[in-house]
Amino acid sequence: MRDVYVIGAGTTRFGELWERSFRDIGIEAGIKAINDSGITGNDIDALYIGNMSAGAFINQEHVGALIADYVGLAGSLHIPATRVEAAGASGALAFKEAYLSISSGMYDIVVVGGAEKMTDIGDEMANYITSMAIDQEWETVFGATYASLQAMMARAHMERYGTTREQLGMVSVINHRHGALNPDAQFQREIKLETVLKSGYVAEPLRVFDMAPLSDGAAALVLASGDVARKYTDRPVKVKAIGQASDTISLHDRREICTMDSTVYAAKRAYDMAGMGPEDIDVAEVYDSSTIAEIMAIEDLGFFPKGEGGKAVEDEKIALGGEIPINTSGGLKARGHPVGATGVAQIVEIVKQLRGDADRRQVKDAKIGLAHAVGGSGATAVVSILEAEI
Amino acid sequence: MNMPRFWREKQGRYNLVGNRCTNCGTYYFPKRDICPKCHRKSIGKMEEVRFKGTGKVVSWTIVHDAHPDYKDMRPYIMAIIELEEGPRLTGQIVDCSLDEIHTGMRVRDTFRKLSEDGKDGVIFYGYKFRPVKE
Repeated sequence: MRDVYVIGAGTTRFGELWERSFRDIGIEAGIKAINDSGITGNDIDALYIGNMSAGAFINQEHVGALIADYVGLAGSLHIPATRVEAAGASGALAFKEAYLSISSGMYDIVVVGGAEKMTDIGDEMANYITSMAIDQEWETVFGATYASLQAMMARAHMERYGTTREQLGMVSVINHRHGALNPDAQFQREIKLETVLKSGYVAEPLRVFDMAPLSDGAAALVLASGDVARKYTDRPVKVKAIGQASDTISLHDRREICTMDSTVYAAKRAYDMAGMGPEDIDVAEVYDSSTIAEIMAIEDLGFFPKGEGGKAVEDEKIALGGEIPINTSGGLKARGHPVGATGVAQIVEIVKQLRGDADRRQVKDAKIGLAHAVGGSGATAVVSILEAEI
Repeated sequence: MNMPRFWREKQGRYNLVGNRCTNCGTYYFPKRDICPKCHRKSIGKMEEVRFKGTGKVVSWTIVHDAHPDYKDMRPYIMAIIELEEGPRLTGQIVDCSLDEIHTGMRVRDTFRKLSEDGKDGVIFYGYKFRPVKE
């Protein structure tokens, strides 16, 4: 296994980008990452694209080749392009596939992209498409929605651990506070706890401000092998470890509904591979598709004991300046959640933090960062650990 | 949901038919070809079972934002139910007021309309659950 480094990173702004197409945003992110790295098109060996559901959102499949074409790498250079899908973990898994292609020795320089265009269709249809990541035969057919499963996790967590409605709300408040410091975020405005608690119900006890929005956006990274990375940058970020795990597709079949075992196993595999533990992490991007998802994530990743995530949020241990800053980008809630782009965007944020490029939201002396992405209600989890080598 | 996709699962959705691994005794709903506990040893040893249909609520929610096919039912109760034999499934709770529903509530299955394929299309039926009066 060869060492792999991130040598370039970039994202579009996230939000309702009505004037821009899927290919527009994919290309913008790709070009930003390539410019950031200093490589040229001729240096690229392969392209990996994370995308959940372009077929359903914009009636376009085969988006690996599409992006390769419009970024200028298909018609003349014919570089291989591969699309990777694992619902909300699509981007994280594309990152893993790119990592493997370099660590194996097959390629030296690889571009990873993630993109989703969700606002060309109405909200109702878009929510229906995101629910395709849960079990269509045994969950949605009976009336379950993505949010309803999150709501049942929240109820179970509240009843078992005493997590409060206010603690859930504070996840959203803190993510919006961080998002206000991120010029690429969909929502750059702070909100009050009352705003969350007074917003309309989606699925009780979860409300509109508990849920990540529908978004357009793309993110990209350039990865390189150890011997190549130093030619292009004097501040590469090392990919220390990637862990991945699966669980049952239906929430009801799991051992537990208020612990995400896929996260627990993916984290354990990543920590073992890195030779580290949760106490070594300085900054993390976790998968807050809902406020309860973030509380479960910070417990299941080992940052706080099981059942104490809600209290940790209430005490603002996860805010900038706290014990372990979480979702400095604003998270899925405030930065936005173009599903296939999210896993890549999380790593872009960690790279910025580790290089010291995070501006007003910089975590002081951040050396080791973690990114955590989830597919569906928890059937896939991917945990990546990165380290500054500057 | 298209017809063949619904039709081929009707035994499970109409009659709560699942199966049981005769190697370890674990019950499954819906049916599985392989027992996740016994793996290879379970091949050819899965036996069809019709569940009694009684169980209890593990967790629940009241859905306000629904998918297009379920909009007219809003607000409705969705729950994860643990059947007496062990397996869990997801279903609606009906004949139950919104302030009556609670975790641990005893329920039993009932055959109901789930949704319809537009005004002139087929109607999809299957299980929902209703409270058992103690």
